[in-house]
Amino acid sequence: MKYTEEHEWLRPEGDSVVVGITRHAAEQLGDVVFVELPEPGTTISKDDEVAVIESVKAASDILAPMDGEIVEVNEAIVEEPGKVNDDPEGEAWFFRMKPADMSALDDFMDEAAYREFIG
Amino acid sequence: MTELKRTDLFDLHHELGARMVPFAGYEMPVQYPAGVMREHRHTREKAGLFDVGHMGQIILKPRSGHLEDAAAALERVVPVSVLGLKEGRQRYGFFTNDDGGILDDLMFANRGDHLFLVVNAANKQADLAHLLTHLGDECEIEMVEKRALIALQGPEAETALARIASDVASMRFMDVAVISSDFGELWISRSGYTGEDGFEISVEGPRAADLARALLADPAVAPIGLGARDSLRLEAGLCLHGHDIDATTSPVEASLEWAIQKVRRKGGAREGGFPGATRILGEIENGAPRRRVGILPEGRAPMREGTPLFAETDGNTPIGHVTSGGFGPSLGRPLAMGYVPAELAREGIRLFGEVRSRRLPATITGLPFRAATYKR
Repeated sequence: MKYTEEHEWLRPEGDSVVVGITRHAAEQLGDVVFVELPEPGTTISKDDEVAVIESVKAASDILAPMDGEIVEVNEAIVEEPGKVNDDPEGEAWFFRMKPADMSALDDFMDEAAYREFIG
Repeated sequence: MTELKRTDLFDLHHELGARMVPFAGYEMPVQYPAGVMREHRHTREKAGLFDVGHMGQIILKPRSGHLEDAAAALERVVPVSVLGLKEGRQRYGFFTNDDGGILDDLMFANRGDHLFLVVNAANKQADLAHLLTHLGDECEIEMVEKRALIALQGPEAETALARIASDVASMRFMDVAVISSDFGELWISRSGYTGEDGFEISVEGPRAADLARALLADPAVAPIGLGARDSLRLEAGLCLHGHDIDATTSPVEASLEWAIQKVRRKGGAREGGFPGATRILGEIENGAPRRRVGILPEGRAPMREGTPLFAETDGNTPIGHVTSGGFGPSLGRPLAMGYVPAELAREGIRLFGEVRSRRLPATITGLPFRAATYKR
């Protein structure tokens, strides 16, 4: 598992990567009430605003961690946004993407580095 | 940047695990570990305890010794009947400016030999200066610095507070009373900012934390932060000054004319005589160009403060904007308030809010979104 400075987790599975937000991010956001996900098939570039997550307090963008293509999204969190608070690093994944270059994963933090990053 | 002030409950907030934020010059709890959603629901189902010690408590004492003189003086700065308010009762009002805008909104109570005002934290120094300028000749004016203010709101508020001050059970909505307790003299009003039955309790600062702890010892009572306070008042359709109302919005535009009694309106015995009377009384007669309305987004995306509103899916000119918006935990859906042209301010009218460059449909609705449960 890899982590971005935007508090996303990236889990490689074969030639694709599953993306979600960390428990730390979910706690900071508070109760999630709305999630908007991209269309499967969308081509994305690193740092594109690909998804929106709104808590009772505020709206935040989810940025594309790498260049690539969205291949699958988790409609369950659109139907039930509260899942993002219940199980952010499991059931409440956001989308699966096919990176243009899998080796770009190496640039991200591992779990130990992320823990240090969030203090 | 000036240092943030602390209320008498600051240490308690930390003990309770609050996340603190700057608000109106104070360091205040935005939420506790339960989170906004649970805190909101707890208040609607049981009872919530809120620290509102940042708000201004002001005493107006008539120099003549006759309360009517203080009441008549206050009527010069609010378009509301103060002389008609009986002893032991409280009323909602607002300070207006010469343009008919709202400088601040407030609660004021007749406490027999004086008037007691509660004003917004962000405006309290300006309100004090305004009162000194306009009422200083007739009234001794004192900002009460040494008392905290705690709100207890929700269906179980009465039972919880009655354990400490049994007399509160006989109070009804907008009554005020001074009640002695184990925590000293409590200045209590049966009112609040959530749409629920409940109380606001002024208590000596040094005893506030003990009173709060005694209330929190009741399992029905949970601490509630500013986050849920905002979603509760939004569902109740209540205005937040600086957002839904300000110096540029008139009371009629804000749909608050219900607070202006007949006696201060055209043809009333004490017609006018407050700043902005020409505009405000004219708008009561002839209507205001725009009105504050409730807005229910049709989808799930919240329309937050500042969201521009459009009559059509195309067209470049917004017809208004959202002044408060978010998610209503008790409604289970997004909700908003905002201003629209008077001709569109009717229940059922469809309009569009622009969220992230997309025009999303919404419907105008009456306020409040959720009926209040005051004990009248």
